[in-house]
Amino acid sequence: MDYLVCKEGELRERSCRLVQAGDVQIGVFRVKGKLVAYANNCIHQGGPVCQGEILGKVEEVLGTDKTIISERFSENEIHLVCPWHGWEYNLETGECAADRRLRLRPYPVVLRGDEVYVKV
Amino acid sequence: MSPDMGPNGNQGVLANAERQAAERGLDRFPIVDADAHHYEMQSWGSIVKYIEHPTTRRRAEEGMKLGAGRFQLLPHQLGDQQVAGRIKRRFTPQDPYEGVLHEIDRFQREMSQLGVDYSVVFPTLMLNLGLHPQAEVESAIAWAYARWITEEVLNRSETIKTMLYIPFNDPDMSLKMVETFTGKPGVVGFMVTSLRYQPVHHNRYMKFYRAVEESGLPLAFHPVYNWSERSLEQFDRFIGVHSLGFPLYNMIHLTNVVIHAIPERFPRLKFIWMECGVAWIPFLMFRLDNEYMMRPSEAPGLKKKPSEYMREFFYTSQPLEWPDNLNHLAYIFEMIHAETQLLYASDYPHWDFDLPSRIYDLPFLTEKAKRRILGRNSLELFHLPVPEKYSSGEPEATTVGDGFSQKK
Repeated sequence: MDYLVCKEGELRERSCRLVQAGDVQIGVFRVKGKLVAYANNCIHQGGPVCQGEILGKVEEVLGTDKTIISERFSENEIHLVCPWHGWEYNLETGECAADRRLRLRPYPVVLRGDEVYVKV
Repeated sequence: MSPDMGPNGNQGVLANAERQAAERGLDRFPIVDADAHHYEMQSWGSIVKYIEHPTTRRRAEEGMKLGAGRFQLLPHQLGDQQVAGRIKRRFTPQDPYEGVLHEIDRFQREMSQLGVDYSVVFPTLMLNLGLHPQAEVESAIAWAYARWITEEVLNRSETIKTMLYIPFNDPDMSLKMVETFTGKPGVVGFMVTSLRYQPVHHNRYMKFYRAVEESGLPLAFHPVYNWSERSLEQFDRFIGVHSLGFPLYNMIHLTNVVIHAIPERFPRLKFIWMECGVAWIPFLMFRLDNEYMMRPSEAPGLKKKPSEYMREFFYTSQPLEWPDNLNHLAYIFEMIHAETQLLYASDYPHWDFDLPSRIYDLPFLTEKAKRRILGRNSLELFHLPVPEKYSSGEPEATTVGDGFSQKK
């Protein structure tokens, strides 16, 4: 079944729209122009992961001699952070950053005209 | 992140917890949270009124006028528990703060969303109060807090309980606290904050232990991290300080309690060791037993191995570890006799809180064991009545859960 999320133009880069799709609550995101959707349940304890911060992965900047020079937020790998306990996920893939074997539950997103739908 | 998440974006931070409790049918049996927290600074204006020590009271009142009362009287810790804003207990600045105890109805509603029937609450910043160099300040605040919570909170709620803060820097005052507040409604035990540097086996504490034993109430040790601890100063990340800092102080105090045979001297005194998860317990059991076999002359009061005393202690479950192989956790539960000795604790609203599902979803526990850990053990230990809604008995288990919890 398809559930209407919003108009496509309402979903800006690195933003989320929550939709109640039957029994499941789903967060629909735009990241690097792509639309992705996940159940609003963290793998850890079921927290409202889709309502968390969206941040670039924190990376260490190393010098040529392997000393740490600084830290920065990645522009390439974007993380979604569960607001309950801080578990982080790659927003593009749903993979848990600290254990790549774990993934958020994904849902297909479809565009019909200028409307965004999620399939359940 | 845009604050606009659409028409479904304004649900409270515990909406998922409430759904989770309903899916599991957690209202079929009693659940006791043995370690919930509140933010006493939200209620500080009321607490200060009960400070009887004149100069401490003036400092507290003047501090409040400056808007910085906490820093004048309560030691503070470095450390960013919310991981630079990643962890949240409010979604918008307009949302109310969690853990405001004097707003009793709202506090009880939060408990209810977690699926909890009774909460044993403890303050937050006062976890550091044992470091205060002025014993009279610790005693004055402990006394004021005890009066405030017994006179303004516990007597207005059937479901909020506490283990009272003990000003352990002053053994006489610690004794007076037990003698004064035992039997007050809602006081279900006494709490020593573990971050302190008094040897708990010293002779000056024996009257205190005797009084707690005679009260029939448990004595808990609640740790907190301390980035100023010399050895922990080597960490430049909070993850290191917190991971080691919590169990460190409990391991020190537990070792002294056992090696100095406090359980032999006060056999009816019930100890609770809090907020370190469970993985530290087998480490200490192995380590102490091994050394005791070689050096029994240094622990002459013992009549059995240290681990045998440790199996008679109680432990709170949070933050329960997340091992790759659940069999390893199952072994620990077996080692510590978790079915009778482990008490579910949420630690809510702190950053590493656990929901009841952390216990309920463990596949190696029987339904009976789950219900004991989640509620029955605490009901018995704290002498709490079974809530009226369960008086007709507890329905049997059904298959519940939505698949997001740990399954390996």
